[in-house]
Amino acid sequence: MHQHPFSMFLKQLNILNFKNYEESSLEFSPRINCFAGNNGVGKTNILDAIHYLSLTKSYFNPVDTQNINYSKDFFVLEGKYVLDGVAENVFCGVQRNQGKKFKRNDKEYGKISEHIGLIPVVMISPGDSELILGGSEMRRRYIDSVISQYNRHYLEQLIRYNHVLQQRNSYLKMAAKSGIFDTTMIEMFDMQLIKCGEYIFEERKIFFSRLQPVFDQYYEFLSGGAELVQLKYESALFIESFADLLAHSIEKDKILQYTTSGIHKDDLSMEIYGLPIKKNGSQGQQKTLLVALKLAQYQFIHQIRSLYPILLLDDIFDKLDEKRVRQIITVVSELQNGQIFITDTHPQRLKGILAELEVDNKVYFIENNLFTTI
Amino acid sequence: MINISSKLVRDAVQELAKLPGIGAKTALRLVLHLLRQDVDTSVMLGNAIVSMRTNIKFCIKCHNIADGDYCHICTNPQRDGSTICIVENIKDVMVIENTGQFKGLYHVLGGIISPMDGIGPSHLNLDNIEKRIVENNVKEVIFALPTTIEGDTTSFYIFKKLKPLNLNITTLARGVAIGDDLEYTDEITLGRSLVNRVMYSV
Ligand SMILES: [Zn+2]
Repeated sequence: MHQHPFSMFLKQLNILNFKNYEESSLEFSPRINCFAGNNGVGKTNILDAIHYLSLTKSYFNPVDTQNINYSKDFFVLEGKYVLDGVAENVFCGVQRNQGKKFKRNDKEYGKISEHIGLIPVVMISPGDSELILGGSEMRRRYIDSVISQYNRHYLEQLIRYNHVLQQRNSYLKMAAKSGIFDTTMIEMFDMQLIKCGEYIFEERKIFFSRLQPVFDQYYEFLSGGAELVQLKYESALFIESFADLLAHSIEKDKILQYTTSGIHKDDLSMEIYGLPIKKNGSQGQQKTLLVALKLAQYQFIHQIRSLYPILLLDDIFDKLDEKRVRQIITVVSELQNGQIFITDTHPQRLKGILAELEVDNKVYFIENNLFTTI
Repeated sequence: MINISSKLVRDAVQELAKLPGIGAKTALRLVLHLLRQDVDTSVMLGNAIVSMRTNIKFCIKCHNIADGDYCHICTNPQRDGSTICIVENIKDVMVIENTGQFKGLYHVLGGIISPMDGIGPSHLNLDNIEKRIVENNVKEVIFALPTTIEGDTTSFYIFKKLKPLNLNITTLARGVAIGDDLEYTDEITLGRSLVNRVMYSV
């Protein structure tokens, strides 16, 4: 099989006590892997395990211990990857009352966040609709997780920013309670916030300016053109400097006892013909936008990292008709490399699509927590 | 946990197990060890702990531990009273003393500013610091505080307070882990960063 020099794929996944699974070991194709089975058999949990090994957390449940098999005390995920022809083993262990451990080639990370970015991943799931329907926090978390996968410094600055923000908010509460307000304290917190916040703002700006054209292409491809859809990064820092913003908000902050302005209030607006797609777009348009956004992210990370992220397509037929899915899989399979994982309720539908493409693949059928290759 | 029939032994185990780094198993092992020794061993240990805790004082000047009103560093005429090193806690004093590179005096804050943990500036030993500097004609203040957000906040806070006093304010050369990590930094590196300290700048 022909392999591009900068390739990355998951060769083997070992699962112990993760969600509905007790013990499973799966071998994968470096290109296309499918999981077929009825609803509720745990197809998505396999994708989530792969997501876990890349981003150190579940795509669906932020509480680590809630991903442990209900009858067990811990779970272990082990991914055996091949990066540029070199073996990379990633270990993730979560134990009740003992927290989370991440190891790369048997060596534990000092900070778990150091692992993020080693194996970029993009998940497309029906749960994505939260990005449109949910609060701005969902969208910020999304933006941050994408940028963190190619920019380590960004993640460090973000962690620092959130830490200072928490201290500032605690101080505002403390000052309100004691009635003593020390401007020196606020001055210090502001200085630290501005330093990290301006960097984060700049990086988010760069990210959107580069993502937009790729997104437009994908949206046009998926929708057949003609619709005007726009992504827009919104931040108060477009209007005034962070220093001015904080200075103008301090009286309000004192009353409300938290920091009311800053990059932690940024948002991503998604519009169709200049109106919010949340209220003015059809379900189909919303789905198309989300898939286009995720595929743009996929392409974007590839541009920066020179490797294709692992693509996880969860229940993709729920979002798009068969023709579109066929198009997506065709586009991705025409790339020189790049590994995909797909879940579907109909094994024959997937088999049919794959039969037309000359690309290495593996199809698993899941029933009663057992995997059979078909 | 093993069922201990003696209430006396059980109480001793329970008290020891409250100490950091000591679990119930270790506590039991220590108690059983003491039982094998003379009565005197336990009496001496108990007395030393009681006497330490009830008689210990904190230096009026620098807030370091002291046997009297002033600590052994503040009362040592060989020390240079024109330089004060600001540290978070008593352990930091011990670690810096160990380097043998510092001949000045200390000022122990007894904490670090962290509103998240309920610690604001008023919780630190800062009331007497300006008076101390002016009355003793202090020329230089060195920050030896953690290189964390909380350490930075504390340094800046004290810097603003001391700025009008017109003295040299310096800080340890960056890259040296201090605070929680201080004990892991080797003496030579820490000593060198004290000697090569830099002017504090925001
Ligand atoms: Zn003293």
